[in-house]
Amino acid sequence: MQPAVEFRGISKHFGAVKANTDVSFAIAKGSIHGLVGENGAGKSTLMSILYGYYRADGGDILLDGQACRIHNSQDAIALGIGMVHQHFMLVENMTVLDNVMLGSEGGFKLQSKRAAVEAKLREICARYRLDVDPLATIHDLSVGAQQRVEILKQIYRSANILILDEPTAVLTAQETASLFEILRLFKEQGKTIILITHKLQEILDITDTVTVMRGGRVIGAVPTAGTTKEDLANMMVGRPIENNLPRAPYNPGAPVLRVENLQLSDDQQVKLLADIGFTLRAGEIVAIAGVSGNGQSELMEILSGMRLPTSGKLEFLGKDLPFGTRSDADGLPRTFRELGIAHVPEDRLRDGVVKAFSVMHNTILGYQDKLKNKWGLLNFKAIAARCDALMKSFDVRPDNHDLRIGLLSGGNQQKVVIAREVLAQPKLMLVGQPTRGVDIGTIESIHKQLLALRDSGVAILLVSVELEEVRALADRILVMCGGRITGELKIEEFDTTRIGLLMGGMHKS
Amino acid sequence: MNKDLPRWATAFALPLLNLLSALLVTALVIHLLGESPTESLAILINSAVINPEGLSYTLFYASTFIFTGLAVSIAMEAGLFNIGAEGQMYFAGLGLTLAMLTFDSSLPALFLIPVGMIGAALFGALWAFVPGYLQAKRGSHVVVTTIMFNYIAAALMNTVIVKLVPPGEQNPASRAFAAAAEMPRLNQWFPVLGETPLNISFFLAIIALVIYGVVVSRSAWGFKLRATGLNKHAAHYAGIRISKMIIIVMLISGALAGLGSVNSIMGSTHYLSLNFVGGAGFIGIAIALMGRQHPVGIFLSALLFGSLTQGGFDLSLEKQNIPPETVILVQGLIILFCGAMENLYAPALAKLLKLKK
Repeated sequence: MQPAVEFRGISKHFGAVKANTDVSFAIAKGSIHGLVGENGAGKSTLMSILYGYYRADGGDILLDGQACRIHNSQDAIALGIGMVHQHFMLVENMTVLDNVMLGSEGGFKLQSKRAAVEAKLREICARYRLDVDPLATIHDLSVGAQQRVEILKQIYRSANILILDEPTAVLTAQETASLFEILRLFKEQGKTIILITHKLQEILDITDTVTVMRGGRVIGAVPTAGTTKEDLANMMVGRPIENNLPRAPYNPGAPVLRVENLQLSDDQQVKLLADIGFTLRAGEIVAIAGVSGNGQSELMEILSGMRLPTSGKLEFLGKDLPFGTRSDADGLPRTFRELGIAHVPEDRLRDGVVKAFSVMHNTILGYQDKLKNKWGLLNFKAIAARCDALMKSFDVRPDNHDLRIGLLSGGNQQKVVIAREVLAQPKLMLVGQPTRGVDIGTIESIHKQLLALRDSGVAILLVSVELEEVRALADRILVMCGGRITGELKIEEFDTTRIGLLMGGMHKS
Repeated sequence: MNKDLPRWATAFALPLLNLLSALLVTALVIHLLGESPTESLAILINSAVINPEGLSYTLFYASTFIFTGLAVSIAMEAGLFNIGAEGQMYFAGLGLTLAMLTFDSSLPALFLIPVGMIGAALFGALWAFVPGYLQAKRGSHVVVTTIMFNYIAAALMNTVIVKLVPPGEQNPASRAFAAAAEMPRLNQWFPVLGETPLNISFFLAIIALVIYGVVVSRSAWGFKLRATGLNKHAAHYAGIRISKMIIIVMLISGALAGLGSVNSIMGSTHYLSLNFVGGAGFIGIAIALMGRQHPVGIFLSALLFGSLTQGGFDLSLEKQNIPPETVILVQGLIILFCGAMENLYAPALAKLLKLKK
């Protein structure tokens, strides 16, 4: 059978960087094809070439056996290629219907066409079980539903080849499952799907064939049935990945953080956190597992001083944390940091770095007042030297401290943030989603850093929605659901089903 | 900021191209007015830069513009668009004048100048405090409130000046200060400058530029200032007290705008008059934008606007068809090209540089 998409010898370089070198592989019609590789492996470049954002320096793209010229995304759409981006391209305050019609309004009078489009959308929704109301406004929809709108948009534009870029990064487990249901239906209808993902389990769960890229080249294109996660990981990184990282035996010290009866309500009196209580000891990693949005972010914000609790008691090294009065609450993150609480924030681009600052400037963010001299001036020569040492020991690439941090890959940005917080020699380290959007090789090095920190006697509170990560790092696991702690497990008791039930709100009884 | 271009290109080549475009459009207008653009340019340059007396006027105007430019720039670094330098400088003139009217008969010159500066800075800061406070604590947008405060300042000064007019005078102005309250003029050391109001404020402006440069890019406080301007969330995470930062920056910004009035009043007129600011606060916005909040950039843009003010004045005297308002046209064009369309030539320049490689 004719493949739906075939890449023949695609090459693309940006300046001196070769993003794609002689990339060739084919994707069968009516199949789900996985595309994996570390950040910077060339997956996105390749997909951008297919979707018409970039033009290849050499090589051909064949659709149904025909060589095609795709010069811009209009060409791609006309050829039946649809792309669902990681960041949704939706107008928040418009309805689903309007978002779908945007760009294909056709004519001056909208009203007459609206009814027809609405009917068609309802028909598509029914056929693919998309469960989206065409008249709902985007900002009322959950992330999962917004993604379905993106998919709906592509089907409406009669896409036969659907590219999904990291579609599950923002989804809960249930939403992921229902997305996969939709993708399977697609496949049955003879459509072709290209799935870019970091999560190897998903590749095994849903794809028919998988292509692994590394350094701009295709390392392997194999049927999914004959491969394992380990094989894929090794191909991606180019060396075996250690699954069980070495760690010192579990030997927790004195309590570092004691949380008692912590409550948080928002302005509408909705409870975000209820009756949170736990103790964290020196030299242990306590992981908070849970579907994102169940109060973990709020808990981390309170513990780092970025947000005030409604009530409750926090004890750090035997002393109450000073929550002060509401009016001077915005100075708390500094107070907490000075006490020895370091924080790797969940949303690193929003909170953790100033994108327009250089790497060097970012390495002193939060510690600027500790480094100033008696005149209030910063010694940038010393800071540059400090930054170079830090970049070397944490293997931050490229090793240029004057580069704006926004130009670094997500993994390298995260290394800078973690390095900065580790360097402060904290007693307690709060770590939120340390490996979100980070490739496998970097995940390993971040995990090693965190374990080394634990072995040196630092108390670490980890929030992660990845159970794999929880299992790799935690000594104890707290599960959160709906703002409450629904259960606690020792690492020896790790059991995906039980944790899954607790994440869904089932109590231990 | 354009990502593909080297620093020298964004810092110098682009502003220069934008400036030339503005001048080109001006040349066209002058041509349409029936005058020769080349001749006009020669008059402008001669009167603003080459003639020593003209140059001294250019520097005199630039001294004020440096202060207003700094005022707008430092607020911009914190992500605040202070449109109110005009009103802050105007209100500062009142502070300065009240200080002078109180002390000019009792204090020697050595003390009068600092007292005047303190009065100006204090009142300027006070006028910026309310918008700053409202932004920090109530979230009222500083652009809206500072514009409102420009109008309030204008209305207030109309009322206040009437009270300051000496009995028997018709002119809406305060009495002239004692001679001791005059800023020392530079022509007493450099007679070549001729009859000029250029005074030691020029050096004060240079000192202010240096302090600004050091504080913004070398100090821990400047680091926090810029972090707040670039990413409020990260600034909060880093333990910076954002509302306090906003209020302090607005106080400094208002004080800097206020110091501009020292040059205008104590350096030149020696009395408070109606509308003495004459748009210097608004020109500060253009200077901050064109100078990209960098001390050297602010200095050069202030010089440019100073020479336009001076040269344009002489131009309209010599060329009958060119009205005095032409200067405002040129200033407007410069703001248009350097502010609103600052990246007009960036893609072409990037392409050109790539070709050369």
